Amino acid sequence: MAGGVVAGAALAAGCASRGRGNWDFLNDGQAHTLAAICDQIIPADDFPSASQAGAVTYIDRQLARHYRRHREAYRAGLEQAELLSRKLAGVSLSQAPQKSQFEVVTAIEKEQPAFFALVRSHTFESFYGNPRHGGNRDAVSWRMLGLDEPPVRGRAQYDFTKGAQS
Amino acid sequence: MKRVNAVVVGAGAAGGIVAKQLAVSGMSVVLFERGKWYTPADCRKDDLRNQRTTVLGNAFGPEDEGNPRVLVDAAGNAHVVLPSEGSYQNNAACVGGGTLSYGAQAWRYMPQDFRLKSTYGAPPGSSLEDWPISYDDLEPFYDQAEYEIGVSGDYSPTPFRSPRKRPLPMPPLPANREFEILEPAAKRLGLHPFPLPMLRNSVPYNDRGPCMRCRWCCGFACEVDAKNGSQNTVIPIALGTGNCELRMSSTVKEVLVDDKGRARGVSYFDESGHLQEQLSDIVVVSACAIESARLLLNSKSRLFPNGLGNRYDQVGRNLQGHHYTGAVGYFDHDTYDDMGPGASIAVMDYNHGTPGLVGGGMLANEFIRLPIHMVDRVPKDTPRWGLAHKQAMRAWHKRSIVIMGPTQQIPTADARVILDPAVKDQWGLPVARIQGNCHPHTFEIGAVQSQRAEAWLKEAGAIFTSRTGGKPATISAGQHQAGTCRMGNDPQSSVVNRNCQLHDVDNVFVIDGSVHVNNGGFNPVLTIMAIAYMASDALVHNWKGTGLRS
Ligand SMILES: Cc1cc2nc3c(=O)[nH]c(=O)nc-3n(C[C@H](O)[C@H](O)[C@H](O)COP(=O)(O)OP(=O)(O)OC[C@H]3O[C@@H](n4cnc5c(N)ncnc54)[C@H](O)[C@@H]3O)c2cc1C
Ligand code: SF4
Repeated sequence: MAGGVVAGAALAAGCASRGRGNWDFLNDGQAHTLAAICDQIIPADDFPSASQAGAVTYIDRQLARHYRRHREAYRAGLEQAELLSRKLAGVSLSQAPQKSQFEVVTAIEKEQPAFFALVRSHTFESFYGNPRHGGNRDAVSWRMLGLDEPPVRGRAQYDFTKGAQS
Repeated sequence: MKRVNAVVVGAGAAGGIVAKQLAVSGMSVVLFERGKWYTPADCRKDDLRNQRTTVLGNAFGPEDEGNPRVLVDAAGNAHVVLPSEGSYQNNAACVGGGTLSYGAQAWRYMPQDFRLKSTYGAPPGSSLEDWPISYDDLEPFYDQAEYEIGVSGDYSPTPFRSPRKRPLPMPPLPANREFEILEPAAKRLGLHPFPLPMLRNSVPYNDRGPCMRCRWCCGFACEVDAKNGSQNTVIPIALGTGNCELRMSSTVKEVLVDDKGRARGVSYFDESGHLQEQLSDIVVVSACAIESARLLLNSKSRLFPNGLGNRYDQVGRNLQGHHYTGAVGYFDHDTYDDMGPGASIAVMDYNHGTPGLVGGGMLANEFIRLPIHMVDRVPKDTPRWGLAHKQAMRAWHKRSIVIMGPTQQIPTADARVILDPAVKDQWGLPVARIQGNCHPHTFEIGAVQSQRAEAWLKEAGAIFTSRTGGKPATISAGQHQAGTCRMGNDPQSSVVNRNCQLHDVDNVFVIDGSVHVNNGGFNPVLTIMAIAYMASDALVHNWKGTGLRS
């Protein structure tokens, strides 16, 4: 499956699940570029890729909230990433074949280390963190790791419906 | 506002205990807390926003908005940092302070920890000192903290345990899988492993039920209220006396001083942001080491132009925390059993007595690992991203064990909190500027501790291991912050006396981790609690009804 298709499908789902036609911060072009980078960081195997699990939704939401301070880094970083992709692959990152996407993202890591470090951290947060923030859809990464979901509750050695004896 | 006997600043580990002890003795108390009171129902078990992983903020304060600090890095560059960034060195801001969400390891320091300088000599360039109190002085108050706040565990297997008069009030939680893997290995190495002490109910205690062993513990509030902090023990008792009023969402601005040089109360911003005064006979500062120092430094007056208690430029110096070191072991079988709190087994064999090292440290397995913690704990040769990283997460999340511990930190006078000349908080008050690092010998101790952790993991069957720790470029004084208002007999080299009373102003007390002369090779909170009981005891004893006995 071509990377562009995977990312596109995930993005559509991302928007729909939020019940809005638009992103909070990103524009569609930026969202596609970002999805392609996220999916190199966590590609699909028998479990979904980062963007399939909601990475772009997570990052976009936080750029409108807790990560407002990183907006400029994303705006400039994504623009730079596109330039790099056109230079190395001849097309926009999300349109490039998988192999070229890997090469472009490798180049982004080298040439834009601060931006890449940010995207890497945020992608991991989205995928392995709590689903309530828009990533890790249906707790998919936790299932992947073999963790009980929903988690096991009430394993106390004592029945605490009885409360403490006072 | 009505004048009271005592103002206590900060409703954390120490402040909660002080408020209770004074209120029970009949003194009238106002307990100030800049944060809110969260209940177990507020704990959203959010992997990205709690008090340990704070990428999306601190669940239990302070907010990123309006509470900056400045960190000076090793190259001397100053950075404005937010509470959700690690270099901010946060603990917490809520009723309970750190004790609402802590991991709750409940360590006593060892007798040698109070006599480090006379046991080992001070490494050149360090500010290592002996405490003016001994372990024996503190022992009864450790006992009081263990019984009143509630500690489970069992020290009996270790001959290195500090002298004690009775066992802990609660048995340990049953062993988890890591305990079962690590215990026989430690014994084969000739070590003395034991179920570590925890401020956590293993059985019903203090009218609350026991731990239900969930995945989200360290950094989170306990949803079944089985974790024991000041917010569910001493503070309710203090309020129940009718002598103590808790004022939340109220930030104390400064300690007010009269023209005779004695404190007359505090000024504070109330919950609607208005500046108010609360007059009192005494003031107790328990705001946690960094904020306590800042509050004293911000309390400038004609008689104390450099801040309160700071005549000899000692306030804010000797900032310490802990250099955490250890190792990760990777196994060919599952080690993970999803049973909180996770940390379960420790050894004290390495705290003292290694030739060439000034102390050492306790080693224990880590709190339960959330997936987000594993991202940077995959084997070292794993690519930093891509399919191989994802597969390493799958391969190792349930097949690894982390052993680490707080390395005895050797203090320096240059690791310190000062007031930033430019950056202000939401109230217009100068913020804490943190600079300097611990003494380099700390890292030598840490390196040895890592090797020891590695050896333990290998003996337990790890197929390979990697060390954690290294040489951090800046001081690590967040959750374990201490040392900034050192206790001592000499007013020129310390800030408070053995009763936690300022050398300079006899009706102002600093009672929290600030007074630690060194921070031991253990997590600090039980010692902070014991000191709070001890200092309160002296305070109540010296109280005459309207002032202090001289
Ligand atoms: C996630 C986590 C895990 C931890 N695990 C452990 C552990 O396992 N074992 C251990 O020993 N320790 C642990 N700690 C550390 C422990 O919580 C601290 O050592 C302890 O809480 C410090 O006590 P304190 O009284 O000095 O300060 P705190 O408990 O931090 O209390 C200080 C209070 O003062 C308030 N305050 C500050 N300034 C002002 C002001 N100007 N006006 C009004 N109020 C103010 C703060 O909001 C805060 O609530 C952990 C901490 C955290 C966050
Ligand atoms: S592990 Fe136990 S003490 Fe910790 S939060 Fe869960 S139930 Fe509470």
